[in-house]
Amino acid sequence: MMRGLERFYRALLYLYPASFRNEYGRALTATFVARLRDISGPAGMLRGVLAAVGDVVPNAIAAHWEILRQDMRYAGRSLRTSVGFTLTAILVIALGVGANTAAFSLADFVLLRPLPFHEPGRLVDVWESTPGYTQMEFSPANYRDMKAMTHSFAAMGAYSDRTMNLAGTGEPRHLTVGIMTPHAMPVLGVPPLLGRAITPDDSTNEQVVVLSYGLWQTQFGEDARIVGKAIRLDGEPYTVIGVMPASFAFPTREIDAWVPLLMREAFFADRSDNFLSVVARLRPGVTTQQAAADVAAVAARLEQLDPRANERTSAIVVDMRDEMSARSRMLVLALCGAALCILLLACANLASLLLARSAHRSRELAVRAALGAGRERIVRQLVTESMALALFGGIVGVAIAIAGVPVLARLVPDSLPVNGQPSVDPRVLLVAGALVVLTGLTFGVGPAIAAGRSKALDALRSGARGGARTQRLRSVLVTIEVAACVVLLVSSGLLIRAVLRIQGTDPGFRPEGVLTLRTELTGEKAALGAERVRFYDRVLQDVRALPGVERAAYMSGLPMVMGGGVWPTTLVGAPVVRDASNTVGLRFVTPQYFAAMGIPLRAGRDIADADRRESPSVAVVSESFAKRMWPNENPIGKQFTIASIPRTIVGVVGNVRVRGLERPSEPQVYVPATQLPDGMMVFYAPKDLVIRSTVPAGTILPAVRRIIASADPDQPISDVQMLTDLVARQTSSRVTQLRLLGILATIALVIAGVGIHGLLAFAVSQRSREIGVRRALGEQARSIVGRVMREGLALATAGVAIGVLVAYLAARAMGALLAGVQPGDPLTLAGAAVLCFVTAVVGCVRPAVRAASVDPITVLRGD
Amino acid sequence: MTPDIEALLPLPPATFHILLALVDQERHGYAIIQDVEERTDGELRMSAGTLYRSVARMVEQGLIAEVLKRPAARLDDERRRYYRITSFGTAVARAEMARLSQLVRLARARGLTPETT
Repeated sequence: MMRGLERFYRALLYLYPASFRNEYGRALTATFVARLRDISGPAGMLRGVLAAVGDVVPNAIAAHWEILRQDMRYAGRSLRTSVGFTLTAILVIALGVGANTAAFSLADFVLLRPLPFHEPGRLVDVWESTPGYTQMEFSPANYRDMKAMTHSFAAMGAYSDRTMNLAGTGEPRHLTVGIMTPHAMPVLGVPPLLGRAITPDDSTNEQVVVLSYGLWQTQFGEDARIVGKAIRLDGEPYTVIGVMPASFAFPTREIDAWVPLLMREAFFADRSDNFLSVVARLRPGVTTQQAAADVAAVAARLEQLDPRANERTSAIVVDMRDEMSARSRMLVLALCGAALCILLLACANLASLLLARSAHRSRELAVRAALGAGRERIVRQLVTESMALALFGGIVGVAIAIAGVPVLARLVPDSLPVNGQPSVDPRVLLVAGALVVLTGLTFGVGPAIAAGRSKALDALRSGARGGARTQRLRSVLVTIEVAACVVLLVSSGLLIRAVLRIQGTDPGFRPEGVLTLRTELTGEKAALGAERVRFYDRVLQDVRALPGVERAAYMSGLPMVMGGGVWPTTLVGAPVVRDASNTVGLRFVTPQYFAAMGIPLRAGRDIADADRRESPSVAVVSESFAKRMWPNENPIGKQFTIASIPRTIVGVVGNVRVRGLERPSEPQVYVPATQLPDGMMVFYAPKDLVIRSTVPAGTILPAVRRIIASADPDQPISDVQMLTDLVARQTSSRVTQLRLLGILATIALVIAGVGIHGLLAFAVSQRSREIGVRRALGEQARSIVGRVMREGLALATAGVAIGVLVAYLAARAMGALLAGVQPGDPLTLAGAAVLCFVTAVVGCVRPAVRAASVDPITVLRGD
Repeated sequence: MTPDIEALLPLPPATFHILLALVDQERHGYAIIQDVEERTDGELRMSAGTLYRSVARMVEQGLIAEVLKRPAARLDDERRRYYRITSFGTAVARAEMARLSQLVRLARARGLTPETT
């Protein structure tokens, strides 16, 4: 019994610092045993044991704290005496921790954090899928049946979006509005900030609106009594029923308000009119896979029900968290990888610095060891020093991150249903803290243990200098640094090549000198062709008359702004087949559109003023369409059917990158704006004004605004931009990422260069005696320089070899970002290797020269 | 190195009691605990951890020193460690005593008595 208790107590003593335990552990145990002998009975024993626990725990904490305070004081003194080392270390850590904190705050925001909805893990999107289009919206009838026939979902709602004009609160404003079936908002389960959300109670009244926090703030001055008031949307009164909280964004960050979408009987007529996105909440316990099987089975039944409209149409389920392009995800992950590379480099560099330092401090450590400081105390002291460095570096690093995060915010994809921006919040700070501890331990413990190793201490005590082992460890660290550096350089290089390749892609139009702006007609003005045409004619006539304007046209769905608007086409009389192989992007345009955009006319004619509603239905098509339908034939005069109307081809124009520079686009079909039927396909009504001018846009914009205001004073103007900016935006997130990677790669290069230099300089100083002897024996200075350089370059070669291999694997993993550039691109690999070698050579030069200038007499006399 | 007595005052109660326990004889750790307990009528029961953390500090400050001469083996647990007060320790204990009696005098002068009336 006594023995067991004694053993227990001895185990308890491990809570004390080892130095204290070694000194007093046995005496403490003796006291514990003596005290137990004085008590009798099991209850007394128990009390004694409990008292011992209550004694050891607080005293152990206090003892640790005392040592820590002592070590901190000591660390402060020792770091103050070597300011250069301290500042270098803090800077390197700050860069490592800062880069990772910033990258994590972005990754957390975009990839990790739960979406700001109720139980977001159960939220999914449901899509139709056909060959060629893996994610397609539902038609109302298919949605209705899917909702009724599936069993996996606790709730399901559908939504779409449209634009509406807000008038009566100052300058007319163009809003992007989510239109939600009455069940859609309850699926998300987010309580409104004010009032209520759209609910099934709104099934009869369409004229209600829920405001986004942003709109409420900017347009209504955060009016706390807004609920119940009426606002004018598209000229109609809508009653405000609620305001959503700031964090709420659905389906994207761009939505300003939500209105109900009431299903009319007419909606259900055509199963191929796909415009509803579907959001659903899984029943508790149902997995995404089970739900996917469920919707696929229902889709198969719907295909049997309406084989024509639902031919080869299935359905899929996507976790809402995963609803992001591979490219957006990769953009963030690549940045995190680069930041980790920097941290690795920083740790390797500091470990190497500390190893050198502990060799330099041999005398001081020997004195401490001689004074009786045990191995544990010396290791602990050194670790405290590195932790102090890590802490200071971490604080500076977090400051860097706070400054850097707003730049990273540009990498947040617009499709993310989260409002706000990434920031350094407590969650991120927690990770930063963990990084600091990890960094401090990674670079501190190795060298400390090396210094505290009893052999090393014995060597220190006897006054000898650090051994070959330390030097080998440092060589490994430098190799790691070079490798990490190569990985960063190769990744940045490949991404630079990818961006250049994308920027070099011909968009199919000439964006220089083209101003665009949007005047979105709504309500009656949009629905009635005569009204629309009157507006277009008036605006275009006046704009074309402005000095400096070469061409002006109206259209809808600018390339790279709208990628969709896709319809199937058939030869006249043939049945419609829904398949990517016969769809085209449909656009309604006014005359001069091609000239204004700089899209080359290859054959036939432009849309003309003479193409009116009552004249024959015509179309201008892209070369790719002509080639698909009539390869090796003259397409002019050929006929095809689109949106149920047979049309004759009158012209052929160049292909346009409608879906952006990085994705293939469907062929294009352009139809006269005048031939858009009344009250149908209002979505396609031209709204974008395209003006090609020879004078700067700034000089004509005021006149254009005046012209539009005089044509319709209530008409808002939005999306004013140069076409060049629009094209530049295609690569802006990549360019941002590239700049960041470029900065990180440069830092890496500098750190690696400093690392090589430091290692060789130290090696030379350590071996000055050997070098002196060699000199005395007649070895030439050149040969000594060569020897040192070879040593440095051998490390660089090893690092480059490992780095190239890792870089190749990393590049393969981020294939989605490379836009067709090969992961093993020889030019990039060679460039990165050469850059690393040059840095290594630069790092070697000074130590080599120093070695060559060692004076044999001075060195040998020193013995 | 001349240690500064004033810098150590006032003494933590545990330190003062340990010094008192060692004034008349050398003792090992558990004996110190028992002595303090007896003298205070069981009011101050020092735990082993508190004792040895104080001892560690007091050795460092030079108030006490370890005694390497040990009693006969059959009377002894070889794990025990014995301590004696140093002359510096005695000086510090005296200074603390003077400080305390000065305080008591001051309180008396104001007519304060320890007993509650």
